[in-house]
Amino acid sequence: MTRLLVRGARILGGHPADLLIEDGVIRQVGSLGAAEGVEVMDADGLVALPGLVDLHVHLREPGREDAETIATGSAAAAAGGFTAVFAMANTSPVTDTAEAAERILDLGRASGLVDVVPVGAVTKGLDGAELAELGLMARSRARVRVFSDDGRCVHDARLMRRALEYIKPFGGVISQHAQDPHLADGSACCHEGELSGRLGLPGWPAVAEETIVARDVMLARHTGSRVHVAHVSTAGTVEVVRWAKAQGIDVTAEVTPHHLALTTDLLVGYDPVYKVNPPLRPQEDVEALRAALADGTIDAVATDHAPHARHDKEHTFVDAAFGMLGLETALAVVSDLMVRPGLLDWSDVARVMSTTPARIGGLPDQGRPLQPGSPANITLVDPDREVTVDAAASRSLSRNNPWHGRTLRGAVHATIHRGTVTHSTDTNVMETAS
Amino acid sequence: MTRHMLSSADLSRTEVLDILATAESMHDLQRREVKKVPTLRGRTVINFFFEDSTRTRSSFEIAGKWMSADTINLSAKGSSTSKGESLRDTAMTIDAMAVDALVIRHNASGACHQVAQWVRCSVINAGDGTHEHPTQALLDAYTLRSRLGDLDGKHVVIVGDLTHSRVFRSNVITLKTLGARVTVVAPPTLMPSGIVGWSATDGFATSWDLDAVLDGEDPVDAVMMLRVQRERMSGGYFPTAREYTVGYGLTRDRLDRLVARNPDVLILHPGPMNRGLEIAAEAADSARSVVLDQVSAGVAVRMAVLYHLLAGNDDAPREPAELETSTTGASAPSAPTQPEGVAR
Repeated sequence: MTRLLVRGARILGGHPADLLIEDGVIRQVGSLGAAEGVEVMDADGLVALPGLVDLHVHLREPGREDAETIATGSAAAAAGGFTAVFAMANTSPVTDTAEAAERILDLGRASGLVDVVPVGAVTKGLDGAELAELGLMARSRARVRVFSDDGRCVHDARLMRRALEYIKPFGGVISQHAQDPHLADGSACCHEGELSGRLGLPGWPAVAEETIVARDVMLARHTGSRVHVAHVSTAGTVEVVRWAKAQGIDVTAEVTPHHLALTTDLLVGYDPVYKVNPPLRPQEDVEALRAALADGTIDAVATDHAPHARHDKEHTFVDAAFGMLGLETALAVVSDLMVRPGLLDWSDVARVMSTTPARIGGLPDQGRPLQPGSPANITLVDPDREVTVDAAASRSLSRNNPWHGRTLRGAVHATIHRGTVTHSTDTNVMETAS
Repeated sequence: MTRHMLSSADLSRTEVLDILATAESMHDLQRREVKKVPTLRGRTVINFFFEDSTRTRSSFEIAGKWMSADTINLSAKGSSTSKGESLRDTAMTIDAMAVDALVIRHNASGACHQVAQWVRCSVINAGDGTHEHPTQALLDAYTLRSRLGDLDGKHVVIVGDLTHSRVFRSNVITLKTLGARVTVVAPPTLMPSGIVGWSATDGFATSWDLDAVLDGEDPVDAVMMLRVQRERMSGGYFPTAREYTVGYGLTRDRLDRLVARNPDVLILHPGPMNRGLEIAAEAADSARSVVLDQVSAGVAVRMAVLYHLLAGNDDAPREPAELETSTTGASAPSAPTQPEGVAR
């Protein structure tokens, strides 16, 4: 039997307490002594959160193992405090069958660092024409519950309606990449506004996101099914989601750390590291997103971790790949931007980065309160430690890190996944009581 | 001036005037039987055109050759980029051959800015996507000044597909730098997004009504027509060619009204022209048209730009007098003054 005592952690930022973990489960919480032979981790001054859950990552395996593998992505996730990540389906081949989903599941288990949960494609090959085998994926060992064509929008309203209807029996959810392709086509790469006009970059108007979200919440109401809005980026979308929730429509939404923090002004130098989809937006949108996360309109933070090989970013801005890294810096960005100014407290962070994403994604072993009987998925955070981000030090295979050189306050100290320490900033992680 | 020519916004009024003054000297050269000076002897200029071009490419090539630079033309077709090489690797490969200047035309906005961060040589923007075309704006300013004199207070109207026009973006900057007043006219669908805030910041006017501008209280000194990109007509920017011409074309009737109000009014077009669409043949061929003057000025202006970027690059700056010594013995242009800040 493995036994670990986490000593003096502030659970959700509250009073210090000890947590005794045995065989991957939290057995006791309180003021505990260390029995002989128990490994002890000193967590004095650290905040303990339920292990972080990311609803939206790209791990590139299979197909682009030069950019990321499930193993390296899992290592980056563990370093970022995550104990579960949802791997998007836009791999090559696409995760649109039960076999493909089980393969992702098995590769994740082999890495053993986080729960890697496959997201199933909504349509075959992400082509937006025919439904993928949603039911077979749901009934597979991978037990797929989240379906998404992320990277592309399910823009055919009838197909979206059918998908929402079809997933109801197994409690699925469609995570929609909201982008009307007629208003923002594949070349659209800059928030449509004065800056896109000046820079001569193809505009990606806010309304291309907002109209799809408005349509989807009405389809969710019509079908009585669940829709989740991936990477919300505009104030208008926030308003639509707020209205839909007030109507009782079953809609949830996520925001990325980069949309909470970075603005479209960064595109002035045409640096492709800032090219994301949807694009970075102006300050007023960023403010609306922060407020919406604070008031609960937006349910979750998700990274949209999108690793790219260097040569896929070293093209012109228009031709470079979309996406940036996010797993290792997400907690620090949320801490710096939301906790330090008092917009969120640590229990809120637990809600938006663990409990709610686990609920949306249907993970019974994740996002559980840190109490006896819960699986020992724990993230320990040092809220005062400042970290200057070094892209070269990433566990990811890629380096497209927008935070390189920036100093963020609030860092993941250690990650415990099912009772095993998967990441720690201490070289001597633990001592053994004698 | 920096060692690159990336954006019209990088040039101060003094720098623009210096380049235009140099261009005047260079223009004299075009009128001589033997058109060659040794100013850039030993320099290598690569014209890398990722996008088709006739006048800009040949203009840069002639400019380089007349100044005795070794000019080499490359196109994307058949190059490493067409084989999948990244822009950075392509740029660094060329730079490693110790070239002095890279003249780039690219269909992507910002490409020249990106390349400039990766190479040691000078980068000249010969048109990047729908962003800028700074040497076009300089040659337009040269053409206007040669006919109108000082542009301070002059009213220039730019008409057409503003959204997709790099010529427009560079011209509003350079014309403003020289003190001209600019009004841009287009249907709302061909106005760049956010242009209202942009025009307020940069001090130009916008209008959807060409007739109101041409017949308004503010007399027009020059009209710059922009090419309607026919390939974009299917994009729903306007219903038909006929409707566009009625609303925004420089028709014979509009030309007559312009000339009636101001007999010295000038008509510009960066070419290639769509006769009968954005500009009537009568306007394109009228005495008020300076379209061919623009082409002619293009060589002189690009010679001036190459001179300002490259001629001062030696440890011991070249004497302007060197310009006076033609390798052929032909009389040379008068010596341009070495402007401030041209050293790399």
